[in-house]
Amino acid sequence: MPSLSHLQRLEAESIHILREVASEFQRPVMLYSIGKDSSVMLRLAQKAFYPGRIPFPLLHIDTTYKFREMIKFRDEQAARLGVKLIVHTNREAIENGANPFVLGTTRCCQLLKTQALLDALREGGFDAAIGGARRDEEKSRAKERVFSVRDTAGQWDPKNQRPELWNLYNSRIRPGESIRVFPLSNWTELDVWQYIHVERIPIVPLYFAKERPMLVRGDSLISTEQPFVPRLPGEEPKLVRCRMRSLGCSPCTGAIRSDADTLPKIIEELISFRRSERENRVIDHDQDGSMELKKREGYF
Amino acid sequence: MAADPVCVERRFDVEQFLAEEQRKDLLRFTTAGSVDDGKSTLIGRLLYDSRSVYEDQIHAIRKSTVNRSAGDLDLSLLTDGLRAEREQGITIDVAYRYFATAKRKFIIADTPGHEQYTRNMATGASTADLAIILIDARNGVQAQSRRHAYIAALLGIPQFVIAVNKMDLVGYDQNVFHSIREEFTGVLRKLGVGAWWFVPISALKGDNVVRRSGAMPWFDGPSLLEYLETVEIARLEERRPFRFPVQRVIRPDQGFRGYAGQVASGSIRPGDEVFVLPSGRSTRIKSIETFDGPLTRAFAPMSVTLTLEDEIDVSRGDMIVAADRPAPVKTFDAHAVWLSERPLDPARPYLLKHTTQTVHARVRSVDHRINLQTLEREPSRMLELNGIGQVRVETTRPIFADPYKDNRVTGAAILIDPETNATAGALMISRIAHDAHGAGPVTAAERSARYGHPGGAVRVGLREGVALLLERRLFDRGALPLIVREWNSAVESAARAVGALAIIVDSGAPPIELPRSDEAAAEALLSWLQSSGMLRNEFEVTGGEGI
Ligand SMILES: Nc1nc2c(ncn2[C@@H]2O[C@H](COP(=O)(O)OP(=O)(O)O)[C@@H](O)[C@H]2O)c(=O)[nH]1
Repeated sequence: MPSLSHLQRLEAESIHILREVASEFQRPVMLYSIGKDSSVMLRLAQKAFYPGRIPFPLLHIDTTYKFREMIKFRDEQAARLGVKLIVHTNREAIENGANPFVLGTTRCCQLLKTQALLDALREGGFDAAIGGARRDEEKSRAKERVFSVRDTAGQWDPKNQRPELWNLYNSRIRPGESIRVFPLSNWTELDVWQYIHVERIPIVPLYFAKERPMLVRGDSLISTEQPFVPRLPGEEPKLVRCRMRSLGCSPCTGAIRSDADTLPKIIEELISFRRSERENRVIDHDQDGSMELKKREGYF
Repeated sequence: MAADPVCVERRFDVEQFLAEEQRKDLLRFTTAGSVDDGKSTLIGRLLYDSRSVYEDQIHAIRKSTVNRSAGDLDLSLLTDGLRAEREQGITIDVAYRYFATAKRKFIIADTPGHEQYTRNMATGASTADLAIILIDARNGVQAQSRRHAYIAALLGIPQFVIAVNKMDLVGYDQNVFHSIREEFTGVLRKLGVGAWWFVPISALKGDNVVRRSGAMPWFDGPSLLEYLETVEIARLEERRPFRFPVQRVIRPDQGFRGYAGQVASGSIRPGDEVFVLPSGRSTRIKSIETFDGPLTRAFAPMSVTLTLEDEIDVSRGDMIVAADRPAPVKTFDAHAVWLSERPLDPARPYLLKHTTQTVHARVRSVDHRINLQTLEREPSRMLELNGIGQVRVETTRPIFADPYKDNRVTGAAILIDPETNATAGALMISRIAHDAHGAGPVTAAERSARYGHPGGAVRVGLREGVALLLERRLFDRGALPLIVREWNSAVESAARAVGALAIIVDSGAPPIELPRSDEAAAEALLSWLQSSGMLRNEFEVTGGEGI
């Protein structure tokens, strides 16, 4: 009797979830962050509705501080797949000069990501938002449901989540409430890379090693794309062979030194690595348990 | 001693690694134990010794302020989650963990041992292929150990591992292990569990967890992890009749009409005859479509899109099935686990979600509830949070159901409270009520309920004598055996359609190596049929005598 491999099982489960969302909600939307997990989600959505089109729009929360290569890639993908792309920015905060060095990373994220996301979901009248978070990313996500209820303020209550049995997802919500859906819940970082490799899924070139101008501060490599990134006295960017392990805003996403310029090399690097992927993101260097605080406030 | 499978350093070949990765399968297991039996330590040990934790995570638990056992690295902290729980120092929910070895990928549903958290255990167990039950060697079999086994069996987990932990605290004494094994084997038998395995371990010291231990030379089995890596996963859904709940109609243009869904059980090929429920209209599969091209066969749990030969009106909530169809039912009995703070109230309406269909439902009666201390039935009119009992349910529209013991997808349902939208109850359909019978064609569910098995087949090689003995044993217990000497697809579909258990006498290999004596061989095949789930065990989960 043939049996499915683990990747085929994960794929079948994710497709089932995407079809449930599309069928049980009035106005679903897929959060598209341009990163590798979003790329996998997009491919799964193509598969779920083939030969039909993806029946929901993509939503990108643009902080205006994303890498330029990300924005270019985003627009190419949306055009190639013929899917509707909504881009939302917290304009008011940007006009008031919000950036991570003025406000601090936590506050900046709160305004440009969390607040912007909640506003975009409200303005769009979306009752379900599909996100690419995985349970293996961070401890507090290990208990997250596949269908996760958010109250009318978009907030998450860890004490009040619905038990989820079998693959029977409860999609009932009251007016004003919404659901976050995580079709990649059971994927690990390695699964995602393997799938990208097997399926030949396009990803942003920033994931591949290349010489890039970077500010070198101890272990941290910081991009100089944004002019407001402050320089230390006499500090000049150096050409460093490096790549991004996860993608975010250029001032807050640390690069890693690497020679991995192909997918097999990235996968090889990953299994020799003994550090979790979020550690490279500057945003998680707050106190212990910071991710859980963000989640309660409505961050993805 | 066997070489350590995890820590052997060899030159790494990424291409070979990727090729091997793509063949790996996935084992989902759940862990249950009472508080302080060492569950967090065990999971931490599995993750740590299989090198599935990152340095920064280890660093974080080193510096964590709530480190309970100062000094040594407290591995249990690796699996602790939410802030509130960490402050209380306990785990209070289901958490999912992921790890992989060179042989397999694993998903752990980590569920707590508190009495009041039956709900979480049921949740974690619902998708598990295997259950690990922890028993503290010092305390022996406790009421809670029985309860954990009971819930895992109720949720239909086909395989059990019983890990007798803290062997270091009883001087690695084999008598302690053997007496626990003897006592608990009786419990598992009564529950009708298909297959089980006992292992003595020390989660704290690592004995028999990842590596075999020198401290217990009297135990000659593999380590727990070696067992998990190699145990054959009982995937019953692949052997059941074809069931395909329609999730969505895909209609990009006038020329294409496909039905998207995930195969719940069985398999299908283009050209196969199928029936669409509820209309009951018959047609054939025209094609199996996927993004990666059309397929010649689809089987559980693949997500595909089917097209049909005839234009039939099909929508979400309908089910495409093979000739041995499930019963359309509006009344059924089910084992219920109550999940909501608000007790079950027969006076109130509920919504019932079953496969891709949501219907209005009422709980007509609570027949009994299980006393979770004694595991005996007791009369009750209601169920409260974390209560388990048997209920009779009535729906306004028919659902297409199989008994849960035959099919964990089409036998399962949840009840939703329409006022709070909470997921209020989990239902495992146990019996399709009589008033649903007597009309329309005889269904697979009815046949299976009568014979104690769905349609299936088993090979005995050329052992004519074994076939006759097995036929007798099966017949005497009410089954429908059928000896077949020429096995082909026409015979197969006829046997399946009448729900017979075919005993094939031909040169094909039996599923297990058969003993020389015919009696012993027939006996071995009978227990294989039971452990593989093809034949229902004579003990029912809610036997009622208490265990
Ligand atoms: N001596 C010994 N202690 C253990 C063993 N396994 C766990 N413990 C200890 O038992 C206590 C409870 O363990 P923990 O993993 O937190 O239990 P849980 O409540 O089941 O998750 C802790 O102090 C552990 O260090 C073991 O095999 N031997």
